[in-house]
Amino acid sequence: MTTAIETTGLGRRYGRHWALRECSLSLPSGRVTGLVGPNGAGKTTLLHLAVGLLAPSTGEVRVLGAPPRAPETRSKVAFVAQDKPLYPRFTVTDTLRMGGWLNPGFDQEVASGHLARLGVPLHERVGRLSGGQQAQVALALAVGKRPQLLLLDEPVANLDPLARREFMQVLMEEVAETGMSVVFSSHLIEDLSRACDYLVLMSQSRIQLSACTEDLLAVHQIVTGPSSHAETITSTHTVVRASYTARQANLLIRARAPVTDPAFTARPVTLEELVLAYMSQPDAAIAPALRAVRSATEVSR
Amino acid sequence: MVPVIEFQLDPSSGVATYLQLAQQVRQALRLGLLQVGDQLPTAREVVAKLAINPNTVLKAYRELERERLVGARPGQGTFVLRSLPGPGSVAVAGFSRELNAWITKARAAGFSPDDIEALYRTAMRACFSEGAA
Repeated sequence: MTTAIETTGLGRRYGRHWALRECSLSLPSGRVTGLVGPNGAGKTTLLHLAVGLLAPSTGEVRVLGAPPRAPETRSKVAFVAQDKPLYPRFTVTDTLRMGGWLNPGFDQEVASGHLARLGVPLHERVGRLSGGQQAQVALALAVGKRPQLLLLDEPVANLDPLARREFMQVLMEEVAETGMSVVFSSHLIEDLSRACDYLVLMSQSRIQLSACTEDLLAVHQIVTGPSSHAETITSTHTVVRASYTARQANLLIRARAPVTDPAFTARPVTLEELVLAYMSQPDAAIAPALRAVRSATEVSR
Repeated sequence: MVPVIEFQLDPSSGVATYLQLAQQVRQALRLGLLQVGDQLPTAREVVAKLAINPNTVLKAYRELERERLVGARPGQGTFVLRSLPGPGSVAVAGFSRELNAWITKARAAGFSPDDIEALYRTAMRACFSEGAA
């Protein structure tokens, strides 16, 4: 099975500052990968390296098995940048026509179909559309290309809740239709937990965690019990985040075995709790120890 | 064609999305909202509404396939193969009566609704984790 994105020792430096360093990861194809992390963690840099807008300072990135700047890669990859660059004086129809000229195999019907259904006026100038409608035009341009891999940099930041939902609906519908791989960065954990089946967590210019969300949720638990006995838990399992009162210990753990101590109650963790726990512990970089990624469950169409 | 049922998600439930979808199909079968031969919404229809990952829908359907409640017809979709006993059925009524009697007894013994729910949850966990081991 091919990987969507594979990096080895990838790094990018601006002067003395590393925007991304020692990044080695392998994102399976056919997945929707969420890229999370605080601002400045290196998410945009990673995406720009993957689409060839930036050249690496160290290491290598391969996209769909080939270098990002190879012509055959470019025809298979689409990217929606954070500021969604569009020509404001073009009408929607002109914008899609431009998409057709620039991309052989561009599917006008797919591109305009979603927009028409959402009531985006095709004869209007792009600059006069709402933020949500402009985002839809950018998405239509990207999916009209019929890419095998679509990367999006915070596509729904700045959108109102309805526009955000509509954007994610169209995106997921296209995934169902084509089976394309998607990588998108976002701070909105609700969107991530609905849409993603793979998660990459970044902090301080490094990859902190990279795994299938189902595996992540299966191995992490929140365990509560007496502080005096906490060692029975901390000695067996990896503690990601701990808070103690004089009597009670509240631990988010990566369990190595079922928690059997009757003094402790264990419950499943939500994706939000998991992400927040890792984000608040940037040094809890235990990504390499997580068991090998399970072979991806295929979308059978 | 308009799908027969429409899924809804409860993000606060803490229940995995694919399990919520499978539960809603079972519930629709129990209530007779879904009948043998009905087609379940396609993955595309579901994700176009809920904005969830299509694999989640397929996972829910596979779970229902394993239970032989639904079957996939290649190129056509997923269809209901059999129904489930509803709240009016004899089997369900028996268990429901016993559970009512048990709750009444627990309440008479001084347990609060919270206590009773905690008891029930612990028992469920114990029984099902034994079953899984």
